[in-house]
Amino acid sequence: MSMINYASREINCKLVYYGPGLGGKTTNLEFVYNKVAPGARGKMISLATETERTLFFDFLPVDLGTIRGFKVKFHLYTVPGQVYYNASRKLILKGVDGVVFVADSQLERMEANVEAMQNLYDNMQQHGYDLTRIPFAIQYNKRDLPNASPIAELQAALNPGWPVEDPARQRMLPDPDRPGEFLVWQEDGQWYERAPYFEAIAATGEGVFDTLKSISKAVVKTLG
Amino acid sequence: MSGASSWSFREEDARRINEILSAFLGEAGARTALIVDRTGQLIATVGEEVQFDPTAFASLTAADFSANDQLARMLGEPEFGALFHQGERESMYLADIARRVILVVLFDNSTTLGLVKLRVRTAAKELNQVFTEMFERTDDGTAPPAVEGGFLGEAEDEIDRLFGA
Ligand SMILES: Nc1nc2c(ncn2[C@@H]2O[C@H](COP(=O)(O)OP(=O)(O)OP(=O)(O)O)[C@@H](O)[C@H]2O)c(=O)[nH]1
Ligand SMILES: [Mg+2]
Repeated sequence: MSMINYASREINCKLVYYGPGLGGKTTNLEFVYNKVAPGARGKMISLATETERTLFFDFLPVDLGTIRGFKVKFHLYTVPGQVYYNASRKLILKGVDGVVFVADSQLERMEANVEAMQNLYDNMQQHGYDLTRIPFAIQYNKRDLPNASPIAELQAALNPGWPVEDPARQRMLPDPDRPGEFLVWQEDGQWYERAPYFEAIAATGEGVFDTLKSISKAVVKTLG
Repeated sequence: MSGASSWSFREEDARRINEILSAFLGEAGARTALIVDRTGQLIATVGEEVQFDPTAFASLTAADFSANDQLARMLGEPEFGALFHQGERESMYLADIARRVILVVLFDNSTTLGLVKLRVRTAAKELNQVFTEMFERTDDGTAPPAVEGGFLGEAEDEIDRLFGA
């Protein structure tokens, strides 16, 4: 966790939405802004170009209220997805507590998704963070489009799982959102873990809160 | 454990920082001093109450400072260390503290940049010491326990309520 402020009794958690350009990151935040109780959210700040492409970041603070004497707040950020904005993308990851990767389901965006995922791993590593050890969720967005790839293909390309070497973590972990599926599992003697994933149509809000709930619960767990 | 390094901020830290900043504001003739961490979180505010949204202000400050940090490196400078934004009536001066947090000073025409800069130098030295001690303390594992039992369950219920069950 980046900071617990015992003086003001506040806990701030930083959630970053990452992913390829035009994937729907900003749309996710806009939906949250419009649908969450007005008293629970602050101002949304968007540093964007004239054509509404994110230039630096979007920022939206959401207030969970006071829990056991602590004011808990989530700070939601998006990064600019366009390839050449990598310097600003990297800056926003500083102090991140949880990452949501918003993939664009469209067939022709597969390569852009894979590139953005690789870029996420690289930038996290350069900060000294390990993406396999912090809360991480994947959202397959734009499920409404006819050219959307099948989930199995997206999973194979973006979320195949990473090996789990820590013996303490080597036990079957059911995916709470998908009965019969697992987040940690064993295959041919090797243990694997993958990120929870969600299908979404951010433009209508479908799946937006499911994703946010999952990542914010995972982040809160790291406090206990 | 998780990716980002963790640190905590205690009552006695707040008290020391308040003392340093209150003295500084008096000597510099500045209105408000804020401490923002590099990830964009507001840590402390001292002086006149601000008229804007401090949370948004903090996230923009951190972004502004980090972007300028990268610009400095491109020029071959290790850092700029400080930034100055001048308005017609209101100005702000930003200074790095211990490479982890940013001191933001808001002032108007009733004082001068020269005086603010001069006083920031002393305050920054004192703050550096406070924050360096604070980070070392957290790093050696003597930080108080994070949250009490029952916190997790209640937080999850609150998440379901706010984001829809
Ligand atoms: N059909 C469809 N369009 C979507 C969906 N989600 C977002 N869009 C559209 O996709 C476009 C890009 O969305 P943004 O949210 O701006 O994308 P972004 O990921 O923030 O893009 P960058 O800021 O460039 O990184 C917009 O025109 C959205 O309306 C979706 O689920 N379905
Ligand atoms: Mg955007």
